Amino acid sequence: MEAYLDNSATTRAFPAVCDVVTKVMSRDYGNPSALHRKGMEAEAYVRDARETVAASLRVSEKEIYFTSGGTESNNMALIGAAMANRRSGNHIITTSIEHASVTNTVKFLEELGFTVTYVPVDSWGIVDLDALEQAVTRDTILVSVMYVNNEIGSVQPVEAIAQRIRRKKPDILFHVDAIQAYGKYVIRPRRQGIDMLSASGHKIHGPKGVGFLYVRDRVKIRPVIFGGGQQQGLRSGTENVPGAAGMAEAVRVIYKDHELRIDYLYHLKERFTEGILALEGTKINGPLLREGAPHIVSVSFAGVRSEVLLHALEEQGIYVSAGSACSSHHPAPSATLKGIGVGKEYLDSTLRFSFGAFTKMEEIEYTLETLQRLLPVLRRFRRA
Amino acid sequence: MYFHSFMIKYAEIGIKGKNRYLFEDALVRQIRRALKLVEGSFQVVKEDGRIYVEAGSDYDYDETVEALQHVFGIASICPMVQIDDLGFADLQAQIIRYMDEMYPDKKITFKVQARRARKNYPLDSNEINAQIGEAVLNAFPDIRVDVHHPDVLLCIEIRQRINIYSEVIPGPGGMPVGTNGKAMLLLSGGIDSPVAGYMIAKRGVVIDAVYFHAPPYTSERAKQKVVDLARLVSRYAGPINLHVVNFTDIQMAIYEHCPHDELTIIMRRYMMKIAQQLAEENGAAALITGESIGQVASQTMKSLAATNEVCTMPVFRPLIGFDKQEIVEIAKRIDTYETSILPYEDCCTIFVAKHPVTKPNLNAIKRSENKLTGVIEELYQKALETEETIWVEAEERKL
Repeated sequence: MEAYLDNSATTRAFPAVCDVVTKVMSRDYGNPSALHRKGMEAEAYVRDARETVAASLRVSEKEIYFTSGGTESNNMALIGAAMANRRSGNHIITTSIEHASVTNTVKFLEELGFTVTYVPVDSWGIVDLDALEQAVTRDTILVSVMYVNNEIGSVQPVEAIAQRIRRKKPDILFHVDAIQAYGKYVIRPRRQGIDMLSASGHKIHGPKGVGFLYVRDRVKIRPVIFGGGQQQGLRSGTENVPGAAGMAEAVRVIYKDHELRIDYLYHLKERFTEGILALEGTKINGPLLREGAPHIVSVSFAGVRSEVLLHALEEQGIYVSAGSACSSHHPAPSATLKGIGVGKEYLDSTLRFSFGAFTKMEEIEYTLETLQRLLPVLRRFRRA
Repeated sequence: MYFHSFMIKYAEIGIKGKNRYLFEDALVRQIRRALKLVEGSFQVVKEDGRIYVEAGSDYDYDETVEALQHVFGIASICPMVQIDDLGFADLQAQIIRYMDEMYPDKKITFKVQARRARKNYPLDSNEINAQIGEAVLNAFPDIRVDVHHPDVLLCIEIRQRINIYSEVIPGPGGMPVGTNGKAMLLLSGGIDSPVAGYMIAKRGVVIDAVYFHAPPYTSERAKQKVVDLARLVSRYAGPINLHVVNFTDIQMAIYEHCPHDELTIIMRRYMMKIAQQLAEENGAAALITGESIGQVASQTMKSLAATNEVCTMPVFRPLIGFDKQEIVEIAKRIDTYETSILPYEDCCTIFVAKHPVTKPNLNAIKRSENKLTGVIEELYQKALETEETIWVEAEERKL
């Protein structure tokens, strides 16, 4: 049996997504900027995709920019906003548990002369609102907070954050990395006080290599990619038509029957956490069941190295991540797990299990059974 | 402050005598249509000569207000708190809470304006004004009363329930669409014609539109742009039937047979004829153009007269006395400007002469037109027969 429980890393595309991607690549392959009909047909896909994404957030389609994915969206938002606002100030605030595409981008901005404050989180992975508000100074131009943490599934109180920072400085820009949240939550940037929002296609059963950035009307950011002036000059380059069309298809599928899908994911999560806690020497990191995202469970296994367990599970056809797959190139201890105060002995013993639309209850049961079988064996052979 | 209800105020409808209910019903219909585009569920009710919009639990305030600002006939929108009548002490407490939440900064002046529609209420309007005013003053030391120019006019209406409001958001004014017949708009893709359509729709007129398409001289994108413009106008005007007429052959015939300095005038005369015929076929009683005196050669007074000569229907030219900049400002406000300035050629700019006549002589024009006899009739008929009608509507945003 196979159990793919690494849906926070990436997901299998919906069949409808594959169909539209194939159609665009093989039949409607025109350049959307071309003057002829072939171009107009391709443009219609981009237009439709933009409308779909905009409708899913209830924003204007003029506020949606397609990118090559979540990482680019975060880069574009942070660098673009920092560069456009450097005259108003040079201070940026983010949290201690962001994804590398945010932390490494703000590090780059530090090199350019910006100062960055990293606000801590509590043991549930929730940002400290008082510390956040205190961090805001006259020079603060930008706050960037992730909606759902990719390692432990903690969900930030986005609206409260927007209110608190604006109370102190009304014109602050607020960026939200929603790469793990989009498709899982009903997001309303205008109501929630979000100025910029990043999302990715392949986390919601769409194609890889495509994502988008929402930039609220009247928020000025500088482009980071220059060229032929596509997408209102803010993100040049021929639009990724199959990607955008495929992502839009995924958005339509995922936000249709959305509540049912989320209930289903929580149902899986509930069974999984219950099974995990029944095993000896296990501990779940991060928020309580319903307070966390529906699709992510972070588990620490006492006395077992995560990499060993990961490969042992792999042999049984079960695919999971150690901490976060995106950071597997850097086997340094996870900033998120450290941030929420996970003990040293557990930092290297933590796996992330994440579910998606294709995950079946049998996969959950199979994984629990396999863990029950493997754990005692692995614990016997551990290093002294 | 979390509002669940809006009071809709209307201006002109109030003075329509016995036909008033027709106008009110049309307004209710238009409000419902506009709110269909908004997430959430709404109830629109007509009560005591007022229209109320009540929102269900989960709705977007900004989106709702924006949608209502697209409904002609609405003079203003008042977000309102509605409470049950639990005695005067409770009313005072509720008002204090309302003021506290609405105006965090208390360095303001205010005035109470009570209306006692339910006459059995124990206090009369003046007593309510005085006592509520006093209660607010006692609660917030920084607040002052100003009966002439208050920052905040706090309105209290005692009806079956009690309405409290103090914010007044301007609506677009005008009259509800559907109360003043139908007219045919000549829609070009430029800045002016969508604005002209908007202005006539504002007087309660249903809009049909005609667009003259000249492939291959004008592209599919130019046509798409006109569809997009019609859709933007339809956010105010309601659904629009857009008639797309293929004008290439007529244009070519004029180009071949008539003097080039008269091209534009003759072309426009044919456009008016076709528009008028389509108007008749579709139950429209007038034409609408975006012309403004002297803006271009074809819009000098003499040119307008020469164009107008073919029309038997009234031609509404709401922009006639407007400067370009004034038109641009309206276009920006109604959100058509950005689309209008997309750089696609329209059929008027293609065959334009270097020096078109600015003072056309009607007899000369007619003599030139005579040269088309025997050619034009068939082309004219064909243009009408091949006309394509596109139903354009601001759609509900579905995924």
